Amino acid sequence: MRHLLSTADLAHDDAVDLLDVAEEMTQVAEREVKKIPVLRGRTVVNLFFEDSTRTRLSFEAAAKRLSADVINFSAKGSSVSKGESLQDTIQTLSAMGADAVVVRHSGSGTPQRMATSGWIDVPILNAGDGTHEHPTQALLDAFTLRRVLAGAPASGPAEGARGRDLSGATVAIVGDVLHSRVARSNVHLLTALGARVVLVGPPTLMPWGVDAWPAEVFYDLDEALAAHSFDAVMMLRVQLERMHQSFFPNPREYTRLWGLTEQRWRALPEHTAIMHPGPMNRGFEISAAAADSPRAVILDQVENGVAVRMAALYRLLIGTDSEGRP
Amino acid sequence: MTSYLIQGASVLGAGPRDLAISGGRFVDALSDPDVVIDARGLVALPGLVDLHTHLREPGREDAETVLTGSQSAARGGYTAVHAMANTAPVADTAGVVEQVWNLGREAGWTEVVPIGAVTTGQQGTQLAELGAMARSAAGVRIFSDDGLCVADPLLMRRALEYVKTFDGIIAQHSQEPRLTEGAQMNEGTVSAELGLPGWPAVAEEAIIARDILLAEHVGSRLHVCHLSTAGSVELVRWAKSRGVRVTAEVTPHHLMLTDELVRTYDPLYKVNPPLRTQADVDAVRAGLADGTIDVVGTDHAPHTSEHKCCEWTAAAMGMVGMETALAIVVEAMRDFDFDFADVARVMSTRPAEISGLPEQGRIETGRGANLVLVDPEAEVRIDPAEHATMGRNNPFTGFTVSTRIVDTFLYGHRVVAGSALADPHPIARGGTWIA
Repeated sequence: MRHLLSTADLAHDDAVDLLDVAEEMTQVAEREVKKIPVLRGRTVVNLFFEDSTRTRLSFEAAAKRLSADVINFSAKGSSVSKGESLQDTIQTLSAMGADAVVVRHSGSGTPQRMATSGWIDVPILNAGDGTHEHPTQALLDAFTLRRVLAGAPASGPAEGARGRDLSGATVAIVGDVLHSRVARSNVHLLTALGARVVLVGPPTLMPWGVDAWPAEVFYDLDEALAAHSFDAVMMLRVQLERMHQSFFPNPREYTRLWGLTEQRWRALPEHTAIMHPGPMNRGFEISAAAADSPRAVILDQVENGVAVRMAALYRLLIGTDSEGRP
Repeated sequence: MTSYLIQGASVLGAGPRDLAISGGRFVDALSDPDVVIDARGLVALPGLVDLHTHLREPGREDAETVLTGSQSAARGGYTAVHAMANTAPVADTAGVVEQVWNLGREAGWTEVVPIGAVTTGQQGTQLAELGAMARSAAGVRIFSDDGLCVADPLLMRRALEYVKTFDGIIAQHSQEPRLTEGAQMNEGTVSAELGLPGWPAVAEEAIIARDILLAEHVGSRLHVCHLSTAGSVELVRWAKSRGVRVTAEVTPHHLMLTDELVRTYDPLYKVNPPLRTQADVDAVRAGLADGTIDVVGTDHAPHTSEHKCCEWTAAAMGMVGMETALAIVVEAMRDFDFDFADVARVMSTRPAEISGLPEQGRIETGRGANLVLVDPEAEVRIDPAEHATMGRNNPFTGFTVSTRIVDTFLYGHRVVAGSALADPHPIARGGTWIA
């Protein structure tokens, strides 16, 4: 693995390997000194063209637990018209001796462009690009789901999940699929790991061409919940401003039709885990009752984010998989 | 002026014959030519006519100038090019179109025919002084807000009606603006995967359908720029069957490339209208072959490398293409019964007719000696660094093609000789195209 740009590039065994490395990484958080020296002397740059405190902090914590030096570069706004070009920014980081670049950008494809441009020759980690992908989010979702399926604690050091994939699981992803990089990354990754993905949302928020995806699509949430016994229901964040673009009439109607309301949550099977990539709009796409329920693994997802990002950095910078293969 | 006897050229791909040029025109015969050219093995076509090019001057001389664009045209075999109006300032007055027209003559590498904007500043709210541009020295006949759509249906109707005064044409960039807000690529299965906002076919087709009905209603001439979808071809076919005065254009890149290339996120492939699907490519090829699509227009759109060497979403839309158009059209139409006579029809004769350029478009005694000699069995690897255009954004980089422009004659003057720029037409030093 040279870069982590898209989960579409991850084969089944690579994905399982990353999740297994992440299992190892959960041990680090339990140590008295929450650090291992594997990336000592390496410099990881967090290049965030778009604000995302959560993701940046998670990558920063991950790099620091591996003893890497971390440089945060916040470069909001990026086009030529706003001054420095992407090329100059990247070449500057390269000249400063970055060993890996974690990039978040509002434009789909920017991490791939960085990786293929020849401007820099280090691993690029996609921390979210436009409405394209967010691979580490999908990895942490898969990690959390794998724990849940194994009957293990959803986060923290635990035994039982290692080596497994997601075969047999059925996962609903509900909401604004059109604009969701989380949904795109999850469709690829969960499918590669053997899970069945069901997408639910208003037709206006489904991409044209979604029929070609390896997923079943429902416009009606209640129909989807009746048709499947989900192992997890993943609620996507819906931006309120979408209603001004006529994707849906207003938040009340959205909540009525696609929200994980208290009633819908109560009707779910006992084993269904509630997931959300955060930040949540409580009372809109997800009710407080669902978000705060014992079946919610939302904070576990956040915790696991650090472990999977450690795993990704480790694999990209140390360069071998669990069996020592390059 | 030098007289030429061109021996043994395959005119429009037919059997070899001689062509004689004197005083800037084709003549029947020459007893004592100044220069004899052995053209055996070469195909002679009327000089190509591009209804759609962006020369960028005035305003973006860092991307292209009338001079470099004219040189690019000459090397591509073009003896006339129509310069789109989206310059800075916009070509919406007699002053600007005359400036471009004069710059073209001062360059002397091709006949530069200015296109005037339909609306003031291309703002889409008020008609520009179409009459003044028509009556200017530039004699504008084609008007277009290209780059932007004349989206207001009432304004479009008025423009179509108004230009009847001087038998003008409205060349529409068909793009429904609301349906394409923020659009980055063709809307389809590829855009769904790539997470790039889509530019749906219906946004083009809805405007074409509307404009066809408007043109029919008011009996005016409509030219559909760079149509790109299978549905658009159907609409134009239907319009022609009803006798509507509509003509249509396709670009070389829409004849050849698909949205699969966007998977690279390389802004080289970012263009408006966007690259479509293979089904659309097949449909525009068929439309060009059966005459539904009248002409190939390059939509040559040079950009500085800063506007292409960046992230996809920040990049400018557009591709250059005058120096590769002929070769690409030949490659794209290989699977059709489409010979050099057809190539001449869609790249020279029809565009000259549409624009009303009597000295262009035909190899006929008495007409302007606008001519291109082509090697049809060359092996050329496309390398933008060798091109005369300042734009390096050529999507065919690395393609190997079989057609090479050897000589270009502009009103009897050999502006390209042996595939290299020779010297400009004497009009560059003042005077007229035909002495």
